[in-house]
Formats: sequence, C-alpha cells, structure tokens
Amino acid sequence: MSAHLPRKSSVALRDPRWLRWSLLAIALAFVALFLVLPLLAVFGYAFEKGLDVWRAAVVDEEARAAIRLTLLVAAIAVPLNTVFGVAAAWLVTRYSFRGKGLLVSLIDLPFAVSPVIAGLIYVLLFGKQGWLGPWLADHDVKIIFAVPGIVLATTFVTFPFVARELIPLMQAQGGDEERAAITLGASGWSMFWRVTLPKIGWGLLYGVILCNARAIGEFGAVSVVSGHIRGLTNTMPLHIEVLYNEYQRTAAFAVASLLALFALLTLVLKQIVGWRMRRIAATEPDA
Amino acid sequence: MRPRWRRQALPGFGLTFGVCASYLFLIVLIPLAALALKSATLGPAEFWNAVASPRALASYRVTFGCAALAGLVNLVLGPLLAFVLVRYRFPGRKLVDALVDLPFALPTAVAGITLTKLYAPNEPLGAWLASLGWKVAYTPSGITVALIFVSLPFLVRSVQPVLEQLDPDIEEAAATLGAGRLTTLWRVVLPALWPAILAGFALAFARAIGEYGSVIFIAGNMPMVSEIAPLLITGKLDQHDYAGATAIAVVLLVTSFVALIAINLLQLWTVRRRSADTR
Repeated sequence: MSAHLPRKSSVALRDPRWLRWSLLAIALAFVALFLVLPLLAVFGYAFEKGLDVWRAAVVDEEARAAIRLTLLVAAIAVPLNTVFGVAAAWLVTRYSFRGKGLLVSLIDLPFAVSPVIAGLIYVLLFGKQGWLGPWLADHDVKIIFAVPGIVLATTFVTFPFVARELIPLMQAQGGDEERAAITLGASGWSMFWRVTLPKIGWGLLYGVILCNARAIGEFGAVSVVSGHIRGLTNTMPLHIEVLYNEYQRTAAFAVASLLALFALLTLVLKQIVGWRMRRIAATEPDA
Repeated sequence: MRPRWRRQALPGFGLTFGVCASYLFLIVLIPLAALALKSATLGPAEFWNAVASPRALASYRVTFGCAALAGLVNLVLGPLLAFVLVRYRFPGRKLVDALVDLPFALPTAVAGITLTKLYAPNEPLGAWLASLGWKVAYTPSGITVALIFVSLPFLVRSVQPVLEQLDPDIEEAAATLGAGRLTTLWRVVLPALWPAILAGFALAFARAIGEYGSVIFIAGNMPMVSEIAPLLITGKLDQHDYAGATAIAVVLLVTSFVALIAINLLQLWTVRRRSADTR
C-alpha cells in the first residue's frame, strides 16, 4: 500500500498549506458531525439517568428474550451463508462454466433489494394470504410472525457477505496448491481442510464478521416478518423500536448502547483481520 | 505448455454447484419469483392505481429526492474524505479510517433513534438549528441526514483504493508542465476518480432508496410530506393489502436495478473510451 504513496521528496505533489488545512478541516468536521457525534450520543443518552436505570433496562426480561433471539437468529443465518459463501467462491474461482457471470450477479442481488422488500417476499410466500399460506396453516407450521421467518429474512439480507469477500481473494490466490495436493493423492475433503481453509482463513473470518454484524442489526426485513410479539419474536433492534415508541427512551438507548458496543467491537475486529490479510498478501511472492 | 499437475481438474464441482444452485433458488430466487408472480396477478388498472396514487407519488418524491440529495452531499464530501485519508498524514488518521465503516456496523435502528434525538427540537443541536429556521427532525431534511449517514461509506470506500493506486508520475508530469496544484487536482486527479465516484454514488443511491430503519424514526412519517416508499409498503402490509404493497415494491426494485445497471454501462463506456484514447 505504502509503495503507491507519493514520494515525500516530490515537492510537486505537496499541496499548498492552505489547501491541506482546509481539506483536512472539512473532512474532519464531516466525520465529527456525522460519525463521532452520533456514536458518542448513543452512550450519552443510554447513561443519562445513571447506571442503575441502564442496568434495569438491559436485564429486563423482554430485553433478555430479545438478546437471546437475536443471537439465535445470527447463529443460524451466519453459518448457512458461510457454507454457501465458501461453496460459491470455490465454484466461481476454480471452474469455468456457462452462466458463471449470471451466478456472480445473482449472488449480489440481495444487496440491491430493500430490506422491507426482503421481508415482503417471504410474506407473499408464507403469509396467511401467501402462496403457501393455506397449506402451512393446514399443517400447523408457522413461518411468518415466528422465528423461521425472521431467520429466512435475515439470511436473505446477509446472503452475499461471505461470498463477496472470498471470490476476489480466491481468484487472486489461484488453485496451484490444491492441484498439488490432489496430484499427491489427497482426497477432496482433506485438500479442503488442510490446504484451502488455512489459505482463505482470514478472508473467511473477515466476511463472517461483516455478515454477523448485519445479521445482528437487521431491522427492516425482520420488522416485516416478525409481528412484534413481545418476548417471542422481538429481536434487539425491534425491542429498541418498541421501547422508543412507548416513550421509554432511556431504556431504548440502553439496549441500543449494547448494539453500539457490538458495532465498535466489529470495527476493531475488522481492522485487525484486515491488517493481517494485507500483511499476508504482501509476503506472498506473486501477490 | 503447463505441467500436467497444473491441468489437473480440482474436485468439488458437482457438490459446490449443487449447494450454490439449490441455496440460491431457495433463499433468493423463489421468494423473488413470488413477488414477480404476485405483481403479474394484478390487473393493469389495479397495478396503476396502487403505483400512481397521489400518496404513492408523494412518497417516491420524498424517497428519491432525499436519496439523491444525500448521495450528492456524499459525492462531494466522500471523495474529499478519501483524499484526505490517502494523501495526508495526521494524528488519528487510522481511527478516522476505521470509523468510516461505522454506518455499516451500527444497526440502522440505533442510528435512527440517535439521529432523531440529536436533531429533535428540544435537544441542543436541534434547537440551535431550529432557531436558525431549519427544522431537521420530522421533516425531509431529517430523512436526508439519516441517508447521508447510511450511504457515507459507499463513496469513501469506492474512491479510496483508486486513489491509493493512482500513479504519482501523472501528477508530477502535470506539475512539470506548469499546472498549479489545484489545476492538477481538478484536471488530472478528479477525472481519474470519476468512474469510482459514480459507482459509489449508484451503490449509495440504491441503498438509500430502500433504507428503512434509520429513516422511520426521524422522518415523522407524515403522508404526502415525509413518508418514504418503504414505509408505504409496510403500511399496506399492515392493512393486508398485499397487492398494493407488491406494486410499490416493484417500483422500488426496478429503480434500484436501473440505477445499478446504468452505472455498470457508464463504467464500461468510460473504460472503453479511456483505452481508445491511449491507443
């Protein structure tokens, strides 16, 4: 990265002092107003009425149910998308076949779909008046306004994250080590566990971190399919909405501060993993 | 010729193809097909009534207008922030760089309630702006603020890698030929960034027109004034008007697809023109 920076000695590339300072001032003011201020405000509002009020909101029975549900949903959606991401990246980067371009575009498709629409499509499919609604009702299966719907909507919204991180990485790495392993007699699975997985490890982790952050925080899609049943189908973001709309503002910000803390943790992990990935890419001879 | 082991086919085609195809169909394609089928069952008149009602038209104006405005603000400030992060060294640069991803990491509902309270007329910042005659919370201005927050990373992150890879020799050549620094930035650096800026803008716009969580708290949600199209969809769903909800969803989906496809074509065209120029 640093190799591409303009050389320090080059006077021609040095911006005049007034320009440096004004660009820097504008950029930092923008960051302060739009990023730093809201981040500090979450915690400010959460602890406005003291630690006890914060603690009461966080250990509240409904809050705990929301935390459990959020973690459960992420624990299903993220592994599913991880397995898919690895399979898709392997397929796209190791073989050429007709329709590959289409497949890559389809993987990205959920990014172009509004979260509300992501919820709507499952309601159209599984809702009471949906295509499969009557059949599901006959067999006593609840998907919409129940946990399965929340899992499905979350899976849709976080669908591309792992695949998107792995495809460029595995494209750049190439498959020579894997071919060598197969030629030397390794089975497909032992090639995967002992060669491929160690090679893509950090990139995979990076994708999982992003996928997980979105799964925990998803609001629009989940809100459409959840039905907002307290203690049963409220995830943390939905619980925040309920508290906020009931004018329990400090409690809403208390639960929100947990999610903000989690977002900060995500940023730190992402930074560390990104740094490891760049370092590995820099030490590879033909990268 | 490549050695024989290099031509060795790798195992797993059937397995990964099967996993990808079935998962893609189950999670993405069949549900989206349900949307297409549902809209096909609406008669043209019914579809038109839902899509072109005065309230729906007002919601498109709010949604697309605020998304475009937020995109334009980020179109100027995003690349500027990327430039500062890549070219200048200042204390806290790494921290600011990491913070740019905050809108991706922070759940939208959290951003929504926080921005609402910050800009509410009874809080210091909101009160100060209101005293200047600018009401932010519960108006389209508030929607725009939320969308600026949500789409900020797209423009920074699309421009940043291009700036990092930019060959300093071109800038040096411009300087040697007598161009002032500002002229060089405007005539040499900025044109190189345009494709990335446009791509970032399209992503930001597509994200912003679908955005829900960060907007609904600050919007005030007054029909005809500050009601966004995604909210109209959930409202119709609450009244069990599946047909109406589907029709509005089709408009939103088509708009974001068109934005993304237009940008892809534009990028293709710039790349072609560039390579024709250098020939």
